Amino acid sequence: MTGAITALLVCQLIGEVLARVLHLPVPGPVIGMVLLFLALLLRYPEGEPPEALGKVADTLLGNLGLLFVPAGVGVVVLLHTLAQNWLSLMLAIVGGTLLAMVITGRLAQALLRRWG
Amino acid sequence: MPADIAAIWVYLAREPLSALTFTLLAWLAAVRLHRLAHYHPLANPVLIAVLILAAGLMAAGIDYRAYFQGAQFVHFLLGPATVALAIPLHRQWHGLRSAMVPAVLSILLGGMLAAALGVGIAAALGSPAEIVASLGPRSVTTPVAMGIAERLGGLPSLTAVVVLCSGAVGAVLGPMAMDWAGIRDWRARGLAIGTAAHGIGTARALSVNMQAGVFSGLAMGLNAVLTALWLPFLWSLLRSLG
Repeated sequence: MTGAITALLVCQLIGEVLARVLHLPVPGPVIGMVLLFLALLLRYPEGEPPEALGKVADTLLGNLGLLFVPAGVGVVVLLHTLAQNWLSLMLAIVGGTLLAMVITGRLAQALLRRWG
Repeated sequence: MPADIAAIWVYLAREPLSALTFTLLAWLAAVRLHRLAHYHPLANPVLIAVLILAAGLMAAGIDYRAYFQGAQFVHFLLGPATVALAIPLHRQWHGLRSAMVPAVLSILLGGMLAAALGVGIAAALGSPAEIVASLGPRSVTTPVAMGIAERLGGLPSLTAVVVLCSGAVGAVLGPMAMDWAGIRDWRARGLAIGTAAHGIGTARALSVNMQAGVFSGLAMGLNAVLTALWLPFLWSLLRSLG
């Protein structure tokens, strides 16, 4: 398990370093994710990753919601901003999300019918 | 306040122990409430835990930065968790390859649309620049969205709230909107909900239909990577033009 955690941290660290050295606008952990995915694809082309890595990933992703909580509590310093912009924020969130979902779904359905 | 109680209060307010403990307690309470509400999407555990803690901080008059000193140990795990998204993607790779071309195209265009719609609506209503920037990565899973928002000049904590709300809206109202639009292919429904409503949408899709859940997970992971790649580039390009 320590090995699996270390693997995740190493990927993240390489990602952070690459993002800074190459001045990439992409967050370091995302680069780390791509690196780990490519490594897994090369090393284990047919299916399952090592058991320990799978377990650590399932634990982290199974409690993913918890990890958003400390940042979400930051809403307390934004109450003023939210109160001032609530209408445009609400319209952007509700309208933007539903419209994007419907159009993406229609597009995906049409494309899958053609190629899927 | 007697001196020894004051001393205990000072200790509790300063050490990370209490912030960390209360974050976990609030989360466990929120998960229990979610279960009691029969996993209704409106009883989203992230929203409930945030409400409990935010109300607690305001009631006790504790500064958010003091709270975050302790809660940052949980927050830190978002990085490794983002890296860990590679594992489900790798697991599902085989079943997804055949539908890859239409899936990637839909996720890329859908992700661009989701960002453009949010930014466009807020900009049209005359929102300040940092609000508009915070809305850019709205449909991307929170850890990645916060990283992107920082680079666009947005407010990462506002982005966290906006992302959570978008996910909740997508998970609650999305299926109805897709029924209305005649989207019946489970793969297409999964791609749409994962692209527009990330992890919260994916959790909902998984509970309804396995195939939709797998495609939603792919859409969430891929949309995070793709948006992290194109949005900052496009943003700086637009900024330099306008």
